[in-house]
Amino acid sequence: MKLFQGRVITPGEVTAEAVVTTQGFNTLASLQMALQFGDKEVKCGDQNNPELHGKPLIGRALCLPQTIGSTTGGLVLYCACAMKKNPACLLFSGPIDSLAAAGAVLADVWVDGVSMPVVDSLGEEFLSYVKDGMKVTVRDGGIVEVE
Amino acid sequence: MILTKEQQAILDGEKGEVLAKVMKTMVMYGDAFGAEKLVPITSKYNHLVTSFGLKVMSPVYDLMQTLLDAGVASGQKFSVDPRPLDKNVPASFLQNFVFNKFMYTKQDFYEKQLAELGLLDENAFSCTCYMDEMGNKPEKGEVLSWAESSAVVYANSVLGARCNRNSGIIDIMGSIVGYVPYFGLLTDEGRRTTWIVRVNTTKKPEAQLLGSAIGMQVMEDVPYVVGLDKWLGTELDDAACSYLKDFGAATASNGAVGLYHIANLTPEAVELGESLIAEGAREYVIDDAELERVQREYPVMWKNPDATPKLCFVGCPHLSLEQLKDWTDKIEASLAANGKKKVTVPTVLTAAPKVLEAFRATEYATRLTATGVVTSYICPLMYMNNPLCKKMPVITSSNKLRTYTSARYYTDAEILSAITGGKNA
Repeated sequence: MKLFQGRVITPGEVTAEAVVTTQGFNTLASLQMALQFGDKEVKCGDQNNPELHGKPLIGRALCLPQTIGSTTGGLVLYCACAMKKNPACLLFSGPIDSLAAAGAVLADVWVDGVSMPVVDSLGEEFLSYVKDGMKVTVRDGGIVEVE
Repeated sequence: MILTKEQQAILDGEKGEVLAKVMKTMVMYGDAFGAEKLVPITSKYNHLVTSFGLKVMSPVYDLMQTLLDAGVASGQKFSVDPRPLDKNVPASFLQNFVFNKFMYTKQDFYEKQLAELGLLDENAFSCTCYMDEMGNKPEKGEVLSWAESSAVVYANSVLGARCNRNSGIIDIMGSIVGYVPYFGLLTDEGRRTTWIVRVNTTKKPEAQLLGSAIGMQVMEDVPYVVGLDKWLGTELDDAACSYLKDFGAATASNGAVGLYHIANLTPEAVELGESLIAEGAREYVIDDAELERVQREYPVMWKNPDATPKLCFVGCPHLSLEQLKDWTDKIEASLAANGKKKVTVPTVLTAAPKVLEAFRATEYATRLTATGVVTSYICPLMYMNNPLCKKMPVITSSNKLRTYTSARYYTDAEILSAITGGKNA
């Protein structure tokens, strides 16, 4: 078990199974088809991301360096939260990007009854340590426990 | 973040609960980046990314309705990304059924919302709102609340405006409160570069391939590109602007670039030169072999990689008037050289409604129609975002379309050959 300290973007506590990408997470490419066509597991549709392509994202602790791609990214994330088809939490190794921040904030301010804790700046070691299937717990104050 | 009295009053709810939530959104958004203040938006018009009435995006339309019901719509008019549907674009009965009865059932409803929220006019639908014909072209130094990655990177890099890579919804919320948080690409420091890209190719690099290579390498950083002026010149003429439009769209979609500088060409590079380069900037050298590697490594998502193309899209982002004319000349010439009269693959060239209007007023329009090519204002990306298209062998010279769909990327020359029955078709 290892602890990592990050910065809270949106608060909350959760425990979930990790799914990890070491390359940028393209939110539109990853989520749109799954949301649009009712994929209950919300499998990642990004063909350019071999680490995630085809893997379920709903309810998972999504561990990533940053999000990339279309500026619809934030609203896609917001929609995923409003539809309760979101990852359990977003855990960034580096500083958050503007699209992910927008999605996290929009969900926090405008969606009732959904919590998707977002923590950034967990460090490079976090992303090299955490692996698919590991148990990840997000605690208050930006503490992330990986086991 | 330090707010003015007026901003604090809005946040405290003095102008209603909904406007307070809009302000809270902008403040939290800025806090995520350590922004110390909100600054006024100074552009005449805004630009929104969300143009599509997708059933699945219902939470977005609910939120827009909340804004409308509260009477907090922005006084700033806006353009918006392209419409997702056009009867001119070839589609099967099944595709039309899925588009109209399943996917875009909210299109009419959402377009009414857009009109109420401040859409410039019924033809203000394009990702290239900055084209002269479209009339939403910000000035150097203006502060924007735009979204649409390709438009943001163009406004920042080619026009010298200042805009972060805002998400949809944030774009309109900034406009509603009239302020955006001061961070990132709004600041002088955020516009400095941490990557020097040296273009050492033996021929003019394909815009969308070069942009893809750079985007994948630098991700969200700001690249300073040296050596491209050799191929583009030192004037931002129509040809250079069209090239940079396509190049930038690829950097933004294959990576997350919001601003690039081209040595001796783009405004800040001309004005500030290498003083834009931050200490310790990394270097990326691009030669012919590197571009070949990048193209070779794109995954082929077709079920049958050897399938005959069923459709071709050119124009993501939308084509300029000069590009439409150029494609007309090239298609005609290539068809003649191959002994053919009509394109051999159904082909759609996409451009902004007002660019198409200008094109139709030229003699090129009749000539292009004679080749069998269709023009459209559609968003090819929205057209292809469904499982039916996943099985369809579509080719494109757009690296953005390749990134988000199963369309297969080819260079402009390869596309030309493929659609005109050339040797390599």
